[in-house]
Amino acid sequence: MTSSALPAPLTGRVTALHELRARAPLFLAILFATTIAASLGNLLFPEDSLFHVSTYTITLLGKYLCYALLAMSVDVVWGYCGILSLGHGAFFTLGGYALGMYLMRQIGDRGVYGNPELPDFMVFLDWQELPWYWAGFDQFWIAALMVLLVPGLLAFVFGYLAFRSRVVGVYLSIMTQAMTYALMLGFFRNELGFGGNNGLTDFKDLLGYNLQADTTRVGLMFASAVALGLAYVISQWMMGSKLGRVIIAIRDDEARARFIGFRTENYKIWLFVYSALLAAIAGALYVPQVGIINPGEFSPVNSIEMVVWVAVGGRGTLYGAIIGAILVNYAKTRFTAIWPEAWLFALGALFVGVTVFLPQGIVGLFKNRLAGRAT
Amino acid sequence: MTLLKDIRNSMPRDQVWPFLIEKRPPKIDASHRVLLYVEGLSVSFDGFKALNNLNLYIDDGELRCLIGANGAGKTTLMDVITGKTQPDEGEVWFGQTIDLLGKKEAEIAELGIGRKFQKPSVFEAQTVFANLELAMRMNKSIWPTLLARLNSAQSDRIAEVLGVIGLTEHSGLLAGALSHGQKQWLEIGMLLVADPRLLLIDEPVAGMTAQETERTAELLTSLAGEHTVVVVEHDMEFVRSIARTVTVLHQGAVLAEGSMQDVQNHPAVIEVYLGEDS
Repeated sequence: MTSSALPAPLTGRVTALHELRARAPLFLAILFATTIAASLGNLLFPEDSLFHVSTYTITLLGKYLCYALLAMSVDVVWGYCGILSLGHGAFFTLGGYALGMYLMRQIGDRGVYGNPELPDFMVFLDWQELPWYWAGFDQFWIAALMVLLVPGLLAFVFGYLAFRSRVVGVYLSIMTQAMTYALMLGFFRNELGFGGNNGLTDFKDLLGYNLQADTTRVGLMFASAVALGLAYVISQWMMGSKLGRVIIAIRDDEARARFIGFRTENYKIWLFVYSALLAAIAGALYVPQVGIINPGEFSPVNSIEMVVWVAVGGRGTLYGAIIGAILVNYAKTRFTAIWPEAWLFALGALFVGVTVFLPQGIVGLFKNRLAGRAT
Repeated sequence: MTLLKDIRNSMPRDQVWPFLIEKRPPKIDASHRVLLYVEGLSVSFDGFKALNNLNLYIDDGELRCLIGANGAGKTTLMDVITGKTQPDEGEVWFGQTIDLLGKKEAEIAELGIGRKFQKPSVFEAQTVFANLELAMRMNKSIWPTLLARLNSAQSDRIAEVLGVIGLTEHSGLLAGALSHGQKQWLEIGMLLVADPRLLLIDEPVAGMTAQETERTAELLTSLAGEHTVVVVEHDMEFVRSIARTVTVLHQGAVLAEGSMQDVQNHPAVIEVYLGEDS
């Protein structure tokens, strides 16, 4: 008897391409329809037109897309592999700093102190020359490489030490949190050479394009959409492949996966690195759009917030994380405009509510509705 | 011309770079009839001696039952063989040539030692088919896994195992939806699909109905010969129905060994078991 004699649902054989074909087109269609419509609305229609989209909205949308990519990176490790990282903000922020350093060098002599070599904060600290680790950051390609290399390396070293020693569960979460907290304390220090608590700001242009221009804003927002779309397709393909099934197997029963011959540590290390790279790209796209990066982004609270986005949207689906990130951040934008002090309480209540009433998140709610209708 | 010479030296035509050589699993040498040697094994946890100078020899192709009360060291023994626990003393050899101590779980699994846990552990969120696919013997490093596609020989093999474990109808079902007995069978199937040389099976019939137990007994007896099977079981009826050789463990050491009848009449066994019962 061959399995080809059985229909696909019977064999339970789902190929990576099947999964991808089933899910990616709708997602990509919605993503690009929204972003293209918003871009055209901003660039083509005059300000008094009904179809005009303000530059503020464009930047906000771009920011949400970066958060969505960041949430997806958390979902890849948490939703699929059960690694609850409470320190993904570290990778996001390091990616942001790497691009921020390039943007600082691009200011050139247009800074307050007019020093062509040194960023303002170094002149202020009376430094005479650039620290060695700032070398090369006037080149975009070096900065772009560092955006990936530094967070990737950190994730590899952290993952190597933690997963090889078989640290799991809450201990691992605490370690990730300690990592981002340590980085925050480090980056707050002026001596480290990253602008202390002010961080990096006053950016002028990126690759010669003025960051204040509408076209640059639209371009950055669109670049974020492309990055999110690509990351979604690649991640969906990975998770639908046999690799994805191994990762889910590790999440559900790591010992069993080991005893059937998978070196689960290696899988976890490289998945963690992949996830860190996604977070770093999100950070690098985020910084030119918001115009500032400071050590506050390393704060553990931010990393916990990311986990809340994923929990609200629904774990282990990728698109759930994206929906969660966009909805929670939209709520945050609205809420903080009305009653800023209460936001953290609202966030906490949301997390508790979702955990108790919607363990599968918003996506799970709709899935259950659909399943209920079908029967 | 030294540069040219260096280049030539680094790319000799008559040999291949070591990293290009395909890794083959080491050959298992059971020419002296014994497949698994366990000698002088001791393990202690916080002063408690789980294994105490244990000696055990498993012949190639045999079906061996390990029995013993709780805490006799059965599971610890399996943990040591499969690389989960490192012993304080002693040696474990797989065939004449392969030292199992110091090897990781995954490495030992690749050598062809399959293990079934006491509690049925299958991947509940995945289909029965996917469970078997994951357990299949193939390159288990990351890139080959990402690009893996089942060839027809492999899906035939999965279909065959599905038939053996009686789950053909349920192949598309999530493993979590199976009954307890079916999960036990699926886990045995996951071992079979990997074509192991040695199967370590911890309490296969716990929670099974009488009919399922009977079928499990048939399956395990049919496996012996081609595979070597070690079964840990509490169910004496079941042990009697399958065992040719039985090893009784007591307080981390072998108390008696022989046929079921010999063992039951062994004075030390009677003393230990009657002593515990009263």
